[in-house]
Amino acid sequence: MAGPSLIMYEEEFNQINKVLEKLTKEANAKIVFLVDKNGQLISAYGETKNIDTTSLASLTAGNIAATGGLAKLIGEKEFSILFHEGEKDNIHISIIGQRVILVVIFDHRSSLGLVRLRVKKTGDELSAIFSKLIKKVEKEPQAASPFSEITDEDIENLFKD
Amino acid sequence: MSFINYSSREINCKIVYYGPGLGGKTTNLQYIYDKMSPDTKGKLISLATETERTLFFDFLPLALGDIRGFKTRFQLYTVPGQVFYDASRKLILRGVDGVVFVADSQIERMDANIESLENLKLNLKENGYDFERVPFVMQYNKRDLPNAAELQEMRTILNPKSSPDFEGVATKGIAVFETLKAIAKLVLVEMKRSTAVR
Repeated sequence: MAGPSLIMYEEEFNQINKVLEKLTKEANAKIVFLVDKNGQLISAYGETKNIDTTSLASLTAGNIAATGGLAKLIGEKEFSILFHEGEKDNIHISIIGQRVILVVIFDHRSSLGLVRLRVKKTGDELSAIFSKLIKKVEKEPQAASPFSEITDEDIENLFKD
Repeated sequence: MSFINYSSREINCKIVYYGPGLGGKTTNLQYIYDKMSPDTKGKLISLATETERTLFFDFLPLALGDIRGFKTRFQLYTVPGQVFYDASRKLILRGVDGVVFVADSQIERMDANIESLENLKLNLKENGYDFERVPFVMQYNKRDLPNAAELQEMRTILNPKSSPDFEGVATKGIAVFETLKAIAKLVLVEMKRSTAVR
């Protein structure tokens, strides 16, 4: 299989959520969320109640993948920042540490300049957390995986109607 | 590549439906979406053209239940089947945990099936996967059509490694859930195997 699973532990998850919370406040954003490049939502913060964050995550990753394809065609490695402007809400998307995608949704209460500034700072913090996380996953014994003890029966049980 | 979150106790896996254009990939997802209860499914996202041809992908998130206290979520994607959308197909395979191949049983689509399967192998390889090792399920779709090829012939040509296979009629839902269950099982078994070996 290509690459190991992305694994998230409580400690890093809490740190990430704190960083997202801080970004939401400092950038006056409506919603901030973090997605891995394969479309899995890692965490979301802000006014997420009426928003389908799972779909947002998948479409964001698709968007980044498609723009990445465009970038390669013109000889760029990637486009690290994307910005979509709407009538009311805007979306700022940036790639963090080549692995995760940070998305900020904001309206007239904020500005592109402010969001860019705050995202830059946040990006460094998130990169540090993810580097630590990756090192930790490499060190941790795999016995901690919920799959090592899974039985065929557990799997069968999922499919009982 | 799955995502395991110990904090929220969730496991996320990605399954991609692959196959030739107009073979029934989107129909599979549409049927699953129609039949699942609202609390276990998310929105079905379809990035399609005006003529309902898939342009980029369809996406359907499903929650299957708990395993050892972990919520098990599957994210189903389809690829655009038309030959010229190859760049998009390659992108969607990124991070895949399991592949369903929806073959079109009509005898005149046999070349398209073969071409698409070869394309799958190539695109998996370019994403760093070995086709022989990726959880894989075959669905021979459109078995109700009069011009359907012989099952044995399709098996020989399209499924030489004897992966789990099903005779389907996606428009009527025949074998749609059997296919989904089979791939979900293979993905979970593979996860178990890969964690046991290390």
